[in-house]
Amino acid sequence: MMKLSFEVNGTPCDLAEIDTRTTLLDALREHLRLTGTKKGCDHGQCGACTVLVNGTRINSCLSLAVQHHGDRITTIEGLGTPGALHPMQAAFVRHDGYQCGYCTPGQICSAVAVLAEIEAGVPSHVTADLGAAPPLTNLEIRERMSGNICRCGAYSNIVDAMAEVAGVKA
Amino acid sequence: MKPFTYERPTTPAAAAAAVTRRPDAKFIAGGTNLLDLMKLQIETPGHLVDVQDLRLDTIEATDDGGLRIGARVTNTALASDPRVRRDYGVLARAILAGASGQLRNKATTAGNLLQRTRCPYFYDTYQPCNKRQPGSGCAAIGGYGRPLAVIGGSDACIATHPSDMAVALRLLDARVETVTADGTTRAIPIADFHRLPGDTPHVETALARGELITAVTLPKPLGGTHVYRKVRDRASYAFALVSVAAVIRPDGTGRVALGGVAPKPWRAEAAEAELPSGAKAVADALLAGARPTADNAFKLPLVERTIAAAISDARE
Repeated sequence: MMKLSFEVNGTPCDLAEIDTRTTLLDALREHLRLTGTKKGCDHGQCGACTVLVNGTRINSCLSLAVQHHGDRITTIEGLGTPGALHPMQAAFVRHDGYQCGYCTPGQICSAVAVLAEIEAGVPSHVTADLGAAPPLTNLEIRERMSGNICRCGAYSNIVDAMAEVAGVKA
Repeated sequence: MKPFTYERPTTPAAAAAAVTRRPDAKFIAGGTNLLDLMKLQIETPGHLVDVQDLRLDTIEATDDGGLRIGARVTNTALASDPRVRRDYGVLARAILAGASGQLRNKATTAGNLLQRTRCPYFYDTYQPCNKRQPGSGCAAIGGYGRPLAVIGGSDACIATHPSDMAVALRLLDARVETVTADGTTRAIPIADFHRLPGDTPHVETALARGELITAVTLPKPLGGTHVYRKVRDRASYAFALVSVAAVIRPDGTGRVALGGVAPKPWRAEAAEAELPSGAKAVADALLAGARPTADNAFKLPLVERTIAAAISDARE
């Protein structure tokens, strides 16, 4: 058992006693009752648990909560609210970027981070010129979203939603 | 997961000492492979020593014109570094060919080198596996061998090393810098870092117990055209069936290393002398003595074709 303090969606959180085995995902869902973040495979293969840590997307299932002492976590609940959706949330609704919705919180967190990564110049497997800024293309978006699985198959609508937020034609 | 205790030391030697003190202790960096294995109880450490406060997360120029990459530099940070993209393109390409964006954001340089095989029998705790449980046997030999090694394996193990990054580091003649509990440091050539299985497949590297990787160093840039070609079952986010890292100079000479075919990144300097003669000569020399199974014999012609594609890419 250990003590853990971090910031979740802008609010300081202190967990007085947490089992060292608790993943960040389980800390969010079971201790803080932030059930927007979903547990899919629990092995880093599906992306349903994607959250932002200090602004960077990771699989929260493959991270121990105690490793995040002092970190700043953003979950789907911190991106927008039902009354004031994040532009990516609104775009997913507009473009029907989901069917059952289970993977959606992870897709949206990942989508927000993907656009930030392209903006920051992080290259990808499909970036032709490593010396240039990566272009904002359909191909780049698809490659960068490969860590988020959607078994309903909403992929093309997800790409459309992301392209709209990025201000490009998918 | 089995219960474990956890600490975050602040110096590399203290971290090495913490792991040396307890036989059941392990280092944890990104944790993307270790935690996966702990959930399956393939790894069952009683104590975790987190390396995140050791300040091993910078990339610095070395006096001889190379780079020193801190052990905890993430895969994303390494592949994004302008010096790596300009001078060591094969390394950036190899990293970007592996895993997903989320995993690359968390996975580290040292952790990538130390990741375990994805042999399906290593992951299936109901099957014998000499790597997971020494002496229990190998279910992969005579089993489903499609993803497994065609060369470098033994009668005890035919698992492959899964890393893309390590293939590029082998090509570039990187060195792995370490420290032990008493503060002793050394630099291990990447060629000697990963071990072939022989009759001890559970011993995968040259590291002693408690020895901590602090950095990976790259010699000064090689020049030439850098290529990383990866062949896999999906277009993204899958391990290699075969991969080829190559640096080709304008006169057709260069270097070649393979991933997905052996228990370690596979390179044979003698094979590189064949580069001007073409892909078949290089593949034949690299794979001399190969012992494929019925399921993975396809990797032999696939290596030749992927080398041919890499040479062709370099000419473009």
